[in-house]
Amino acid sequence: MRFLFDRNTWQEIFGSIGKNRTRTIITVIGVLWGIFIYIALSGAAKGMDNGFEEIFKSVAKNSMFVWAQSTSMPYEGFKTGRPIQLKLEDATQLKNRIPEIEYIAPRNVRGVFGDAPGTIVRGQKFGSYNVYGDFPVFTKITTKKIYDNGRFINDADIEKARKVCVIGERTEKELFEKGESPIGKFIRIDNVYFQVVGVHKFSQGGGFDNDGDIFIPFTTYRKLYNTGNDVGWFSIAAYNDADVLKVEESVKAHLKRIHRVNPDDERAFGSFNIGEVFNRISGFAQGLTFLSLVVGIATILAGVIGIGNILLISVKERTKEIGVRRALGATPREVRAQIILESVFLTMIAGIMGIILGAGVLSIINNATEDLDFPYSNPTVPIPYILGALAIMVVLGTLIGLIPAQRAVSIKPIDALREE
Amino acid sequence: MIEIKDLHKSYKMGNNSLHVLKGINFTVDDGELVAIMGSSGSGKSTLLNILGMLDVLDEGTYTLDGVPIKDMNETKAAQYRNKFLGFVFQSFNLINYKTAAENVALPLYYQKVGRKEREIKALKYLEQVGLKEWAGHLPSELSGGQKQRVAIARAMAAEPKVLLADEPTGALDSKTSYEVMDLIQKINDAGNTILIVTHEPDIAKMCKRIVHLKDGVIIEDEKINQVRASSYVQ
Repeated sequence: MRFLFDRNTWQEIFGSIGKNRTRTIITVIGVLWGIFIYIALSGAAKGMDNGFEEIFKSVAKNSMFVWAQSTSMPYEGFKTGRPIQLKLEDATQLKNRIPEIEYIAPRNVRGVFGDAPGTIVRGQKFGSYNVYGDFPVFTKITTKKIYDNGRFINDADIEKARKVCVIGERTEKELFEKGESPIGKFIRIDNVYFQVVGVHKFSQGGGFDNDGDIFIPFTTYRKLYNTGNDVGWFSIAAYNDADVLKVEESVKAHLKRIHRVNPDDERAFGSFNIGEVFNRISGFAQGLTFLSLVVGIATILAGVIGIGNILLISVKERTKEIGVRRALGATPREVRAQIILESVFLTMIAGIMGIILGAGVLSIINNATEDLDFPYSNPTVPIPYILGALAIMVVLGTLIGLIPAQRAVSIKPIDALREE
Repeated sequence: MIEIKDLHKSYKMGNNSLHVLKGINFTVDDGELVAIMGSSGSGKSTLLNILGMLDVLDEGTYTLDGVPIKDMNETKAAQYRNKFLGFVFQSFNLINYKTAAENVALPLYYQKVGRKEREIKALKYLEQVGLKEWAGHLPSELSGGQKQRVAIARAMAAEPKVLLADEPTGALDSKTSYEVMDLIQKINDAGNTILIVTHEPDIAKMCKRIVHLKDGVIIEDEKINQVRASSYVQ
């Protein structure tokens, strides 16, 4: 231990390393590059992971949408091409039959699927916005952040089919004066007056959400647009421990039974499974993390081998010096320790520089992509990973240093000192 | 101080065995200044290497300061070298990235002497060889004679029982050779035992005893009247 803290030890290491500056730098670059790749790649992988996480943050990760299309097979006397209409009762049936369903939200919309959006008027200002008919349970599946003092649609609104609405940020900007609070004010949706009860903050949740969306109670919607018990689609969230793919299948199976569709008809109902997409993306991010680990470690290994190689050459060049040291009383242990320490020291310096460089590049990328629509945020490499990488480098540095150290010890002082 | 009995040493060169030392009997007392002379190939360097524990003997016994030197492992040999012996080489063998003072302090480092004390001692020995002002210089900034004097200071710093010098003046011109010999004589005057391998008769004459080696045996061992190197040095 004394050896480690002796200034002479370090002076000798600096002396021998500093003698061949160019070669030292080239050697160091090998390991530096390795750790840099490792840090940059795994940080970037984490950044993308975080980015996807951010996108899906407002949506329950094990949720899905189910909608109805037309049959593609004849069944029970019905001909092919029969359009299917989802009904409000389906929701109750599904909820009762499939225990894995945590929330089910029947939804309707105008303006998304080819029909005309609602015309919204306030005073002299007007615009076209998508109008959704929703139940409060919808917010359990897709979080809607409501601005100060506002609220989302509640159960009483549904029960009494109140004419209340939640408007989007853009709607607020376009229909109201700057600084004017829309809460409690009235707007006209397709010629019916609605009181604004909240403004929702837009967050990209996949699908067709946008910042002008207007939400009204489902029950009001069906009166306004005369849709009866028709449902546009179901938004469904399964329990966290449920297998979303299985839930998706059984939801469709039940719907086929309810609507008397051939069980083998794949076209009758469409669905989009966010859980599956999310799993696929997070699997991709995990793969990327793993890849960066493999690539990083392989590159570090190559770099460390380079250090070992250089030290081996330098031992050969320093044969005489080592001979002198041994003539002056350096024990084999001391000679060995010095070479190994040189190896570890070079590796560590290179590693630390690589980590700093990698962190710098990550932060530059982060700043550059901050304002872009690119799934990348807060790229980090956990401290244990960094310490682990450093530990690997120390171990590898020691192991690789053993080879030149053994070479140095095997030189007999007499051979080293023999005059030419 | 040194006692060698019936020393044999041979080297294997492929299939041939080269018998270098063929039965050397040799004693050196405390405070002697011995020159070992002989033409190249006579075995004088081999003898010095064995005395310096840099090489091992095949047959015979070697006793240094009452300690039998045999069956040494490398670690033990290193410790004995550090404690008993000081080396001076023909080509100085200073470490080129260390200053004169650091070179002198090196054997003390291996003796586990603390840093402060090393520095003080190194300066003291540099002063003895007249190079105190050069303590901070690198070997590349010193002349040949100065380098050899630093090497002698380094050999002396460990306070060895015996100083072994292998052609210490071999790489120097005669003027600096005499300066170095003057220094060696002064160290000898202080009571240190010194062995010098040389093939230069004038250097040998500055010692107190000359041992002639030829073909691996001692052919002559005479005490002489020492020529003082100081008479040549101005």
